[in-house]
Amino acid sequence: MSAQRFRRIVQLSRLKRLTPIALCLCAIELTTSGCSQGVLAPVGPVADGERLILLDALGIMLLIAVPTILATLWFAWWFRASNRAALYRPDWAYSDKLEVLVWAIPALVVLFLGGVAWIGSHQLDPARPLESSVRPLEVQVVSLDWRWLFIYPEQHIATINRLVIPVGAPVHFRITSSSVMNVFFVPRIGSEIYAMNGMATQLNLLARDIGQFPGLSAQFSGDGFSDMTFNTDVVSEKGFHDFVVGAGASPNRLDAAAYLSLSRQSRSAEVKLFSKVANGMFDDIVSRHLPPGSGPEPSALSILPR
Amino acid sequence: MFGRLTWQAIPWSEPIPLIAAGVVGLGLAAIVAWVFAKGYAPYIWKEWITSVDHKRIGVMYCLLALVMLLRGFSDAVMMRSQQVLAFHGGGYLPPDHYNQIFSAHGTIMIFFVAMPFVIGLMNFVVPLQLGIRDVAFPTLNSVSFWLTAAGALLVNISLVVGEFARTGWLPYPPLSELQYSPGVGVDYYLWSLQISGAGTLLSGINLVTTAMLLLDRYLGFHFFTNEMGGNPMMFVNLIWVWGHPEVYILVLPAFGVFSEVISTFSGKPLFGYRSMVAATMAICVLSWLVWLHHFFTMGAGADVNGFFGIMTMIIAVPTGVKVYNWLFTMYGGKVRFEPPMLWSIGFMVTFVIGGMTGVLMAVPPADFVLHNSLFLVAHFHNVIIGGVLFGAFAGYNYWFPKAFGFRLDEKWGRRAFWLWFVGFYTAFMPLYVLGLLGMTRRMQHFDRPEWYPWVLVAAAGAGLITLGICAQVIQLAVSIRDRALLRDITGDPWDGRTLEWATASPPPAFNFAVMPNVKGEEPYWGMKTKARELAHLLTAEPSYQPISVPRNTATGVVTAFFAVVIGFAMIWRIYWLAGIGFIGVYAAFVVFAWRDRSEEEIPAAEVARRDRENRLVRTSALAKGA
Amino acid sequence: MSAVSSFSPVDPNHLGHNDLSRETEWDTPGRGEGGPASKSVIVSYGFWIFLLSDIVMFSAFFASFQVVAGNANGAAPRFDLSNLAVETGCLLLSSFLCGMASLCANRRRLFGTEIFLLLTGILGAVFLTLEIREFVGLIQQHQGPADGAYYSAFFALVGCHGLHVTVGLLWLGTMMAQIAAKGLRPDMLRRLTCFSLFWHALDIVWVAIFSLVYLMRFAP
Repeated sequence: MSAQRFRRIVQLSRLKRLTPIALCLCAIELTTSGCSQGVLAPVGPVADGERLILLDALGIMLLIAVPTILATLWFAWWFRASNRAALYRPDWAYSDKLEVLVWAIPALVVLFLGGVAWIGSHQLDPARPLESSVRPLEVQVVSLDWRWLFIYPEQHIATINRLVIPVGAPVHFRITSSSVMNVFFVPRIGSEIYAMNGMATQLNLLARDIGQFPGLSAQFSGDGFSDMTFNTDVVSEKGFHDFVVGAGASPNRLDAAAYLSLSRQSRSAEVKLFSKVANGMFDDIVSRHLPPGSGPEPSALSILPR
Repeated sequence: MFGRLTWQAIPWSEPIPLIAAGVVGLGLAAIVAWVFAKGYAPYIWKEWITSVDHKRIGVMYCLLALVMLLRGFSDAVMMRSQQVLAFHGGGYLPPDHYNQIFSAHGTIMIFFVAMPFVIGLMNFVVPLQLGIRDVAFPTLNSVSFWLTAAGALLVNISLVVGEFARTGWLPYPPLSELQYSPGVGVDYYLWSLQISGAGTLLSGINLVTTAMLLLDRYLGFHFFTNEMGGNPMMFVNLIWVWGHPEVYILVLPAFGVFSEVISTFSGKPLFGYRSMVAATMAICVLSWLVWLHHFFTMGAGADVNGFFGIMTMIIAVPTGVKVYNWLFTMYGGKVRFEPPMLWSIGFMVTFVIGGMTGVLMAVPPADFVLHNSLFLVAHFHNVIIGGVLFGAFAGYNYWFPKAFGFRLDEKWGRRAFWLWFVGFYTAFMPLYVLGLLGMTRRMQHFDRPEWYPWVLVAAAGAGLITLGICAQVIQLAVSIRDRALLRDITGDPWDGRTLEWATASPPPAFNFAVMPNVKGEEPYWGMKTKARELAHLLTAEPSYQPISVPRNTATGVVTAFFAVVIGFAMIWRIYWLAGIGFIGVYAAFVVFAWRDRSEEEIPAAEVARRDRENRLVRTSALAKGA
Repeated sequence: MSAVSSFSPVDPNHLGHNDLSRETEWDTPGRGEGGPASKSVIVSYGFWIFLLSDIVMFSAFFASFQVVAGNANGAAPRFDLSNLAVETGCLLLSSFLCGMASLCANRRRLFGTEIFLLLTGILGAVFLTLEIREFVGLIQQHQGPADGAYYSAFFALVGCHGLHVTVGLLWLGTMMAQIAAKGLRPDMLRRLTCFSLFWHALDIVWVAIFSLVYLMRFAP
């Protein structure tokens, strides 16, 4: 639900009679919008699996949590001091049967969920390749201060802050950072993974629906952190081909000098395309052959907070 | 001469910290002036600042916690309001400010609110419950408190001289290394934690990890730097090996408070005492085996992730057992709903929800989409506020009459509870939704429209909590005003079951004239029950002896003063001043060590007078059938 | 329902160790002697707990050293093993002499205590001098703490131990002055016990250091 609609509903509810109706409308709107965005609205098998585990685990635990909460409220109320109907048992401080029950039931639930956790960790391990008849697309991701660099090594192109992938094809990501830790995350498509300098983490994702999906960094990385949002465009095969061709026509080249300037701190988040990427650029970044980003400019090395 | 310190360290161009500092400074000056004008200064120095009495130190810890709660909560209000105003805009706090504010919020709440609160309650109550005179090392107790206060002072100085860390409350490298955080902010954080950490001697791990980051920043070491073989992942592992047990350090004392309060206000002994103890010990051990769940997404692989996920879930079992024990303590009881019990019932409901979401995130694939999101933020606030803070408030209301001799006003206590309770849910349930909608933590601005309504609701919740805090301040003011009416005459206002309720309110310095003989699990309840049956006190008046109590000493406050000097000097690289600080600390210890008398005697007549008062009050209460 | 009227429900979980129907007032039901222990026991016990926390701290430095040494991209320096042997000998001997000082103190022999403490201190100072010389040498060969993670970990771990020795020597000197001024009072004896514990613990940590860091040489 958009903010404008929300504001209009609030304005309507200035007429006091409508306030309860307005609140109900809001609640319904908010709930349904919650289910059509974000983690509960997956567009890929990885996100699907994670959502399933989330909801199943939640359901199982609610079976225990809800009765516990209700019992708490009920016991507190029924055994209130003023209730003469309640039996006062001041000596009752131990029960074998209850001990067995309170240790056993949570243990059984944990046993079950533990199995889910073990199996799920393996099946949804980020480094595990996805089953598909389509050959995976290689994308290399570098987190900069404070943008995302996406390198397509087989297509020899690169982008800043725009990830384009073909629908239905598995994508194999290798991820690193030019400086500080970040986390690469496209919530509706699947898992997060850390981006760390000097190391390359791996992620395998697949998107089955065409559309545009928001992505962000999920590890705080400094002043420009909130600007590190990017869009993931899932396009048809033809759309992807057009994108590659379009990027190939860009006048920008990604060589060592260009990377060096990119690795300087900047809050500019504009989308940029590169038509020629130097060979082995990603590996040079991981091995620190291309040095890590240098951090704040020397003039900012003063004591001042700015 | 002054290292990197210049006049530009003061944020002349930023109104918010300047005004805040001005208000606080004026307030402090006013309080100090009032104290001196009224002639209270000698009393404050002798009875509080240099006191080594566990009761006094406990009260000071809780006071520190409550004052820092105001500071930490102001940070929270600023964060919420910034997010409301920063939808498709910049809000009113630029990133470098906002980043300091959320870093300060977390640091202050964990190290200078939650820790001091539980330590303060423990300090006050445990020796009384054990029937002894004081803790084993009273001067060390005082030094620990003052070093904690020194750390808190440094954090607050950073508001006005320099800056605070901009890295979050756990400063992950490489961001926290000198290269990416060249200012003094991270140094303020590190020194304030080293100093207060030395005070609490938290497990050496936190000390060491902090020391390693200091070595990197000050002496060019390479523990966690990007180059030269440093390993930022090692920081993450080390800090969370400390960090997870730390949250259990916070919550287990709160559990203790609830055990006391729930059994007292249900009129029954604690249910399943032995399994409570077993559960606590299980939690203690298990808490060392779960740390990786804080970074499932760092790529350790399925086996490692699976192991730590399962271990994390296993901790939920003893925790659940405790909840059921409290539940069955109420069963068959006579439940009274005074404020401490309200906080306890509120805790039971809230903590179950928070624990549930924790187990949810303990499943690694679920964490893969929830790590570092507002879902996580909602979870830990759920358990820390619902667990630690509610426990602290329950303990505060419960033991206030014992510490000060009069109860807290009940009406405002209820209001405070309900405002906090409703405010908490209003503020944090939307954060669960936001996490599921893909919003990550620590965002200074955002532009996704579907997030906006929830951010608004969360801000409203913060507003309700603000009212709750106001209600608590009013409660205190009203209680002080009406203290004659609220006086705790017998020393046992709640019909308590443990030994602290056998003393007068407030207890004399020596706690017990004769150390009581403890029988069974609830010694005081047994004594009282028998006394009620006989309608007179169980023991005859003892022959009073003089009692030795530890002497006051200024060692704590002087050490802390020099510790602040050291910290401040090191932060600004004024090395000669740091040297003076070290010499000062050494000198303080030598002066302390050189004294010939470490105890002073309370004469038998005084012991007799205090004890007879207590006995008289209780005898007349028994005669009246109380 | 009326309240309880008998004495027994106070121990529903049977935590007490003896028969509660015995009403003798001044019996202590637990396994202890009744009331807190003596001061010397409490002080030593507390100091042990401090030592445990110190050992946790050293463990963290050891763990970091293991991690970093395993990944080191520079060779571990060629340590001068004869220097190491002399350092170790000094420290071990100083521990023995510290033990002698304790024995003299227990017999209230002030002069003997002071002499042995002095010798302990001298050997400790020799240890420190050798260690500082080693550190300076490494730094001059560009194998100092700012020259790579392995050296950072080495200097931090060994340096932390050296810092503890330094503080120990300061403590030792102060106490020698105190004992001279005040004699072997009970509180002085308690402090000497704490110092001995501290000094011996440093010895144990040193054994771990020279085994793991100097002799086993983790780097490739």
